[in-house]
Amino acid sequence: MKVTVDEDKCCGAGSCVLAAPDVFDQRDEDGVVVLLDPEPAEHLHAAVREAAEVCPAAAILLGERA
Amino acid sequence: MTPAPEVSDVLVVGASAAGLATAEALRRKGYTGGLTLLGDEAHPPYDRPPLSKHVLSGAWEPERARLRGQDALDGLGARFVLGDPAVSLDPAARGVRTASGTVLRADAVVVATGARPRTLPDQEGLGGVHVLRTVGDAVALRADLLTAERLVVVGDGVLGAEVAATARGLGLDVTLAGPQPAPLAARLGPLVSGLLADLHAGHGVRLRLGAAVLGLTGRDGRVTGVRLDTGDVLPADVVVVALGAVPNTDWLLDSGLLLDNGVVCDARCRAAAGVYAVGDVARWHHEHLGSSLRLENRTNATEQAGVVADNILGADRAYTPVPYFWTDQFDAKLQVFGRLPVDAEVSVVDGDVTARRFVALYRLAGEPVGVLGWNMPKQARLLRQRLLGQAPTPGRARTTA
Ligand SMILES: Cc1cc2nc3c(=O)[nH]c(=O)nc-3n(C[C@H](O)[C@H](O)[C@H](O)COP(=O)(O)OP(=O)(O)OC[C@H]3O[C@@H](n4cnc5c(N)ncnc54)[C@H](O)[C@@H]3O)c2cc1C
Ligand code: SF4
Repeated sequence: MKVTVDEDKCCGAGSCVLAAPDVFDQRDEDGVVVLLDPEPAEHLHAAVREAAEVCPAAAILLGERA
Repeated sequence: MTPAPEVSDVLVVGASAAGLATAEALRRKGYTGGLTLLGDEAHPPYDRPPLSKHVLSGAWEPERARLRGQDALDGLGARFVLGDPAVSLDPAARGVRTASGTVLRADAVVVATGARPRTLPDQEGLGGVHVLRTVGDAVALRADLLTAERLVVVGDGVLGAEVAATARGLGLDVTLAGPQPAPLAARLGPLVSGLLADLHAGHGVRLRLGAAVLGLTGRDGRVTGVRLDTGDVLPADVVVVALGAVPNTDWLLDSGLLLDNGVVCDARCRAAAGVYAVGDVARWHHEHLGSSLRLENRTNATEQAGVVADNILGADRAYTPVPYFWTDQFDAKLQVFGRLPVDAEVSVVDGDVTARRFVALYRLAGEPVGVLGWNMPKQARLLRQRLLGQAPTPGRARTTA
């Protein structure tokens, strides 16, 4: 799984951090999403998928890729 | 969680944020059965929050507000029936009739038809008067703003304040009119709404607050102004009416479902056996707050969808969210968690109000009930996590329990 984020879309909701704290964080200054791990391990995939779906700004994109 | 055996076909009515989120949550939770999304708009699912911000300002092409790319939609394995509104529901048969005469049946029906803007009685047929709910509305309003000089926004809530800010950014002469003492006063309380009023005034928005809007004036079929109950008329080339929204339940009038400013649901978001409601259209019983609630915000659409999906698949989950919304106006990004009652005790717990960067905590009888962040999204979210309890949905723990 390959994760990308569109910082421009991010509204700083932090829903992604609640869903997958190992993969997402927020910048201190403006709350914009920080991608901690663009290629998360298998056991995190479900949480990352959830994070992408609950992001209220559709700012998280998932690509299939080893 | 294994799907309850009897559900092998799900029909979602309304193909926007809440409807799409329900479909996605079903698949994520392992549902492999039939899935249909029925929507009255011809567009693939798109997001509304950018409409009053990036799309209206011109920063984004409307296309960019699409919720998912085509690949992701295809990967959902769902049938999209678009441009064909539902006109009636038979809850016992779980059958939905559409305007084109098609009848769709399923084991579970999810009502996700959202809400539409409230209007002024005399705005019909008057050129230059707009509402803002759909991408078409945003494109039409933007086109009008680009040739107009004077905009009056009727409505001092979130949408009205956002439109005023965006239009001011385009260089228009903007007046914001509404009955509250300050923009969003009823939602944010006196301190923060006062700051918002300063923010707007500081950017040159004329505030005509504390006066009720009676109606519109026009000449030759085009709007010329907005009439206030003070007798004043605010001159305008373009008017945006942002007076809140009405849930789209007309198509359910004969269904026998209980309708009361929304589809009335139990704590599990169930309106009848096999019939659920989600998003702006749903009124449900919030067990923790002990009251019935209908939320109109973007995160509610997805969080509630997660719970509805679980319940369709045989779980028995109550939906007890900490409400959340955000709004962007000029350089201010506000994050609001929980409830901010006007009589709450407000204390600034991080940052600095004069620096326009702070987190405020709202307490009722000493108990934390809400958190507001002004240009401090992360800090607000952290405080909310500490004080307002766990989120109901982003909860691998809860969904896999
Ligand atoms: C301009 C704007 C800006 C916003 N900004 C923010 C923000 O900054 N932060 C925030 O938290 N929230 C914001 N919101 C609110 C947020 O967009 C809504 O809460 C969210 O869209 C609700 O999703 P929904 O799917 O329940 O309803 P909707 O998005 O209204 O979708 C319902 C869908 O059902 C369709 N439909 C209606 N009737 C029928 C029928 N009979 N048959 C078939 N389909 C039907 C509708 O056409 C629509 O496509 C904003 C809303 C608007 C309009
Ligand atoms: S959930 Fe989405 S909008 Fe919110 S911080 Fe994460 S990426 Fe940004």
